[in-house]
Amino acid sequence: MSMTSLKISSSPFVHDGTSIPAIMQAVIWSLLPAAALGVMVFGWSALFVMLITTLACVITERILNAIRSRPSTIGDQSAALTGLLLAMTMPSNSPWWLCVVGGVFAILLGKQLYGGLGYNMFNPALIARVFLLISFPVQMTTWPAPVPLLSEHAHTLSEGLAMILSAPFGTPELLDALSTATPLGQYRTETGMGHTVREALGGNFGFDLFSAATGLIKGSLGETSAILLTLGGIYLLRKRIITWHIPITMLLGCIVPAIIFWLIDPTKYPDPLFHLVTGGLIIGAFFMATDMVTSPVTPMGQIIFGLGCGILTYLIRTWGGYPEGVSFAIVIMNATVPLIDQYSRPVTYGKKKSA
Amino acid sequence: MGILNLALKKFHGGVHPKENKDLAKHCPIEELPMPKRLYVPLQQHSGTACEPCVKPGDKVFKGQLIGRTIANVSSPVHAPTSGTIEAILDHVVGHYSGLTDQCVVLLPDGNDQWDPSLKGLDNPFEADSKAIRDKVRDAGVVGLGGAVYPTHIKLSPPRGKPVDVMLINGVECEPYITNDTRIMEERSREIVEGAQLMMRAIQCSSCLICIEANKPGAIQAMEKAVEGVPNFRVVVLPVRYPQGAKNQLIEAITHRQVPSGGRSTDTGATVQNVATSAAVRDAVLYGRPLIRRVVTVSGRGIVRPANLDVPIGTPIQDLIDHCGGLKPGVQQIIMNGPMMGTALHDLQSPVVKATAAVLAFMPNEIHNEPEQPCIRCGNCLEVCPVELTPCEIVWRAKHDLIDQLPEVHVKDCIECGSCAYACPANIPLVHYIRYGKMAVAAKRNEKEKTEMTRLRNQAKLARLEAEKAEKERKKEEMRLASEARKKAAAAAPKPAADAPAAPAAPAPTSTVESHS
Repeated sequence: MSMTSLKISSSPFVHDGTSIPAIMQAVIWSLLPAAALGVMVFGWSALFVMLITTLACVITERILNAIRSRPSTIGDQSAALTGLLLAMTMPSNSPWWLCVVGGVFAILLGKQLYGGLGYNMFNPALIARVFLLISFPVQMTTWPAPVPLLSEHAHTLSEGLAMILSAPFGTPELLDALSTATPLGQYRTETGMGHTVREALGGNFGFDLFSAATGLIKGSLGETSAILLTLGGIYLLRKRIITWHIPITMLLGCIVPAIIFWLIDPTKYPDPLFHLVTGGLIIGAFFMATDMVTSPVTPMGQIIFGLGCGILTYLIRTWGGYPEGVSFAIVIMNATVPLIDQYSRPVTYGKKKSA
Repeated sequence: MGILNLALKKFHGGVHPKENKDLAKHCPIEELPMPKRLYVPLQQHSGTACEPCVKPGDKVFKGQLIGRTIANVSSPVHAPTSGTIEAILDHVVGHYSGLTDQCVVLLPDGNDQWDPSLKGLDNPFEADSKAIRDKVRDAGVVGLGGAVYPTHIKLSPPRGKPVDVMLINGVECEPYITNDTRIMEERSREIVEGAQLMMRAIQCSSCLICIEANKPGAIQAMEKAVEGVPNFRVVVLPVRYPQGAKNQLIEAITHRQVPSGGRSTDTGATVQNVATSAAVRDAVLYGRPLIRRVVTVSGRGIVRPANLDVPIGTPIQDLIDHCGGLKPGVQQIIMNGPMMGTALHDLQSPVVKATAAVLAFMPNEIHNEPEQPCIRCGNCLEVCPVELTPCEIVWRAKHDLIDQLPEVHVKDCIECGSCAYACPANIPLVHYIRYGKMAVAAKRNEKEKTEMTRLRNQAKLARLEAEKAEKERKKEEMRLASEARKKAAAAAPKPAADAPAAPAAPAPTSTVESHS
């Protein structure tokens, strides 16, 4: 055979077969049960929010590839994942333009302007959510009450679509759903007015842990079902796509101060389980903070990062200007990643002091 | 002894590539017929290259010295068979750039006649360290596990660092390769004898033969060979790459890490490959130099995989032809294992002391995906046996941040390939790391050169300064002397003959003045 036909490359020549699309796909799979529950609980409109946001992300990615004269990167599925994650942090009746603005922002300013996958500093889905939250606070905090599919007042497919499309620029018309506070919002508003936690969450509000954990409560689309999201997280751990370092330390970072303050004054500070099952702590710990590009690579760095995310979440939830702090906490910690990585490198073989 | 308390420790990281040893592990070692021509490189070891000590036209015996060396870290080269030296020329060697190196071309005469002057030690098992070491050095024995570091140096542990245990490395963690497996199954007795001789040389009292659990045949054979031999033991290790790397094996067995930049003996252990051990035995018992080695020829692109006993210097093409040739569609041929081997582009490259395998791959056996951006997944950190941060090294190497490379310990990388094996973005990390290492070395050389020039210039200026000062001093001295003479002349009564002396004295002074 001719010598030049032999392939010349550098060792190693074999590979374990992992790939970026496979990783992204696994994360998407692990999110789907919670997303499906979101549709069940909030009706068809939730499905359209997810579809529109994801499409906005994928199309933006493709257009930017073309503008930057790069090969298409939509095949790596990272844009689709960003879209799905962003949709899951939004209200289930978000108007279509909110979804589009969020998706475009996530990919354009959150990712491609930095150079695309691997180069962005902040989690694109979260930076877009933070942007939407600051720019469109009304739309982003108007949580519809659940109207489950197959229930008495369930919307039809076309009603769901109409809900998303009906309000071009303004607050969406909320068919027969009443906009109500999320448990975290309720807790902050009421305790801010001097009520106890029990008064705030009990009575008319009727908070109960079971429905919060299963996801049958108000809140953003996918962040409500703590149990399904945890299962998704466990799937990712099992597939070794994420490691325990970030999720566990982030949960601890939020729960431990919650326990301390709850023990000090249970009338003023809600119990740790409340923090665990409400809001976006679980989706944040398993799906947002673990975003590989924007979290540390060293195990020690991941622990520091996770603790930081958890503690900041608790601080913002308890004393900050917003009822929910997961997004802000993670975005703030994203900015510290280069520093954390630099100071948390493992001790290289043969360099241990005792050796 | 604490060191023999075998609770096996895991070294950090590691991977488990598909073993693919079934292709060749049941093929007994067969001798390759003598090739028509041998190309014996003069550098087959880590260290200084040899000088040829034969010239074209010379007749040589099998085992006769053809490459001599006086350097400390080096190892001589011998004729693999009897015959005629045809030429000494630059020939392609196993390097992916197609690099050439000085080779002795030998035309075998077919008699395969041993050099009659080769003799072993008379009482090898009672010989002293130096006698054994000298035999090993003269026989050109080097580490056959891949590092090809001269064995006699490893048999001279530094004073004050006793070696408690010798590890005989039969781990063979690279996929596909089965030559050590076969050597252990077929030449177990020789391995044990070689180990005993080496233990004498370094005055070490215990020996562990380390084999991974996926080689039951070898384990059985070695266990049988050490039966009744005092202080020998076979240790079965769980399968994990790169356990056969010297430092990782030491960590797995002794729970100690070789200090960065240090030697294995700093941990009280030393590691020798099984084939090296057998070569030591031949060298000490019979004075036979290392002129042959067992090479696995495998991969799905080879018609008939085999383990061949071949003379050093045999062109790779001869091995492949003997194994039935290549299947159509072979995409890549490499020397050594798929994790750390070298891609070949010229099959005339010879087998050297470092050649453990020749593998021919079909496209579906190897990795062909294009490189993508790093997503910082951290897989490379997880699998790195040296606990580096490979992605950070690559990032710096890629962006030519050479000054930042030492702080991420680029030099400590053992290039095992685990990171690139596990990288979802298909980044050839080892390639970038090698580039980084070379860039650091180049920059350091540059710096040293600049520093040397600076020192030399400084020395020159100092010398000129000193010379000038010396001249000034002499001038001053002369001035004083002439003044004193003038004074003396004035004071003394006028001599009769003042004419010839007086002009002579000031003359040199004026010469010096005109110079300055």
